[in-house]
Amino acid sequence: MTRLRAKFRPSRRQFLQGSAAAGAGLLIGFNLSCSSDSPGQGPDSPGEEFSPNAFVRIAPDGTVTVYSKHIEFGQGTYTGLATILAEELDADWDMVRVDAAPSDATRYRNLYFPEVPGIGPIQSTGGSTAMANSWQQLREAGATARAMLLAAAAQEWGVSASALVAERGVVSHGGSGQSATYGQLAGLAAAMELPKEVELKDPKDFALIGTQVPRVDVRAKSNGTAQYTMDVYLPDMLTAVIARPPRFGGKVASVNKAAALRVPGVVDVVEIPAGVAVVAEGFWPARTARRALSIEWDDSGAETRGTADLLASYRQLAGQPGELARQEGDAETAIAAADRVVEAEFVLPFLAHAPMEPLDCVIRVDNGECEVWAGSQAPTVDHWAVAQVLDLPMDKVKINTLLAGGSFGRRATFDADVATEAASIAKAMASERPIKLIWTRQDDIRGGKYRPMYLHRIRAGLDSDGNIVGWQHRIVGQSITAGGILDPGGPDTTTAEGAATLAYAIPNLTVDVHTVPVGIPVLWWRSVGHSHNAFVVEAFFDELAAAAGKDPLQLRRSLLAGHPRLLAVLDLAAEKSNWNSPLPQGKARGIAVHESFGSYVAQVAEVSLGAGNAPVVERVVCAVDCGIAINPDNIRAQMEGGIGYGLGAALHNQLDVDGGRVVQSNFHDYWPLRIHEMPQIEVHIVQSAQAPTGVGEPGLPPIAPAVTNAYRQLTGQPIRRLPLLPNGADAVNPSEVKQ
Amino acid sequence: MKFILHVNGTPRQIDVASNTPLLWVLRDELRLTGTKFGCGVAQCGACTVHLDGEPARSCAIPVKAVKQRNVETIEGVSGSVAEAVQNSWQELQVPQCGYCQSGQIMTAIALLREIPRPTDSDIDSAMTGNACRCATYVRIRKAIHDASSSIEGK
Repeated sequence: MTRLRAKFRPSRRQFLQGSAAAGAGLLIGFNLSCSSDSPGQGPDSPGEEFSPNAFVRIAPDGTVTVYSKHIEFGQGTYTGLATILAEELDADWDMVRVDAAPSDATRYRNLYFPEVPGIGPIQSTGGSTAMANSWQQLREAGATARAMLLAAAAQEWGVSASALVAERGVVSHGGSGQSATYGQLAGLAAAMELPKEVELKDPKDFALIGTQVPRVDVRAKSNGTAQYTMDVYLPDMLTAVIARPPRFGGKVASVNKAAALRVPGVVDVVEIPAGVAVVAEGFWPARTARRALSIEWDDSGAETRGTADLLASYRQLAGQPGELARQEGDAETAIAAADRVVEAEFVLPFLAHAPMEPLDCVIRVDNGECEVWAGSQAPTVDHWAVAQVLDLPMDKVKINTLLAGGSFGRRATFDADVATEAASIAKAMASERPIKLIWTRQDDIRGGKYRPMYLHRIRAGLDSDGNIVGWQHRIVGQSITAGGILDPGGPDTTTAEGAATLAYAIPNLTVDVHTVPVGIPVLWWRSVGHSHNAFVVEAFFDELAAAAGKDPLQLRRSLLAGHPRLLAVLDLAAEKSNWNSPLPQGKARGIAVHESFGSYVAQVAEVSLGAGNAPVVERVVCAVDCGIAINPDNIRAQMEGGIGYGLGAALHNQLDVDGGRVVQSNFHDYWPLRIHEMPQIEVHIVQSAQAPTGVGEPGLPPIAPAVTNAYRQLTGQPIRRLPLLPNGADAVNPSEVKQ
Repeated sequence: MKFILHVNGTPRQIDVASNTPLLWVLRDELRLTGTKFGCGVAQCGACTVHLDGEPARSCAIPVKAVKQRNVETIEGVSGSVAEAVQNSWQELQVPQCGYCQSGQIMTAIALLREIPRPTDSDIDSAMTGNACRCATYVRIRKAIHDASSSIEGK
């Protein structure tokens, strides 16, 4: 087997420290494996275990436990991370299980994320970074463990380590015929010295990476045993729900608790900074009593504007220059001299994440110690926030990370909102009984932290040959990071990403942004800035192609020579969708291509018209380049999921705010994509030797423009406003979609 | 109020307010946590159980309305159809976050018990009340067809 020498990065010392403590104090029973037999008993097995670093532990029975520093909320992270480590370890996949790593940023920081002032490095999942930031780290962690197992066998058998072969969890020596399992070698390996350097596999020798490794969590998710925060039941546990102000920024003026306290099963009603919490012996009495609360709200500091007011003010701002996010040449002059000018205004709504598992958190505070169970994307931020609320040292707070029932960005907050609420209730109750805080779906839809609403104004000039000579793009909306702990300064990247990074070779180009302060809390929503910018850029590009009388694929190709990976996915999607072949009457194709988070995705949507001229998306052909494909089936799954999530938003979702109050409240008026609307999807993965990048988000940005570009082909109607069918509307209203 | 419910073949006595939804009896009282809370208004299907074999949204059924009907949850569901569906779910790697999948599986089992060879349109009609925010629908459809074939093949 060929092995390549690894160059160690500065992080190596850090992640190989503190090895033996990795498994200490973890919850037993929440780990996941794909094997139908529960592999081994882990810590209870006799003999010594082997924990060479913070990411892997090998028990005497041969069980390999991989610690995931990233949360699993559906994107396949547990399986992907374990695959990387198991590959270099030459582990037997059937013996691999995955546990959530404890909350500890010194060992488990996201290597791609900057330090947060006041908190330091953070352990966090987001930005489709899990595989990319762990790739080298986990390869080295696996290779280190393997080298020590080989060293142990070499010493035991008195042979050279180079004469040994490791395969599927067994070390063998051809000459003597001796062999031993990793479990048998664990105790000896623990006594070996940490190697100064290890060699990594040549990718041509990969046995797990690139294959159809089954997900570790699918068995538990097919029989109801998977444990989410919602499923944590501790002895004597109480359930809390919170009445929050109906307008963002509102406060409690006065509360009459009497009727709520009379509801059987209610234990207490307490005021916390977020509102009024009802604590009861179960969800139903808590929720019943919340309805019986009588609260006067103080709206003096609240946001009282609605989406119509905001849109009018955004439109005004769009007439003035904003902060420059990118400038090439002189777009103003080029457009003024152009043969033809195309202009458009695009409007995109506030969006809720609406993960299937409503937000929740379990907390127990007892005798100066606190334990939290949650599915948070940023466990160390929760850790810090809970310690602050309870005035406890960090080492008296323990965070257990559980599977999350979806997130799409909602569980990655700066303010650890849900954990802070739970800690505030525990503090106010001053009871040693554990508390489970549950958000209802209405709390979720009306609870803020939305994808911001945006207004875009975009114009471009064409010369007499139909070449794009100038491009001006202005974006107005809220920043997700401005003024917060993660504000990097400068023009807001969460507003401009995907627009300021426009790949097309256009000689004169400006992108500028207005960041508007609004009292409606906003947050990253699957693919963040790309979720709106890819739509605007790719839909407008097709309008330009139509104005120039050019094929939208060929016009894209002609301007992407400097971006070979984008060009390659574009060509692959076009080829696999038979772009140049005619479709039956009443059907059209739309194409879009976009890079986000280092991955490249092109999609071709085949669309027909249903009742009320509603688009029916029949088929989507998707091409993706995310570097080395760690788990091709999971990449396909994430493309399918990104397409479905993006399509649901493009077709149906918008949150309206009226006088500061959110209008929608549940799935009856914030309509999720349903199975009958799901297109057939075909995913093609580009073979690549590049380091892997993410797939959780990049499948989403191209779908809305691919669909609307096809829709425009069918109807002549450019779509400049999403969604097409607001919240379950059964017909497209042309005046709604084109501003 | 005291009630006796027949859950997964066993009589269970509980003492709750009579308007308590079946979902919260299963979860908070009986600790059958495979049945999920998603919306509370019968719009997402995460709470789907079988009542005398018929799929039902347990979040919108008060415990007093259950009466003598047999309640079957993901923990208790069994038989060749259930086994085939759960195997196909694993074979086709359907779940992502997994939170809605108990409900999806319960609805799919009821569908295949009623229509052993469903068309795509049968699947759409039966499954459209079960929302999946991860949009695993492509695989749900394939897994139902796959389970159907595997039962017929036996």
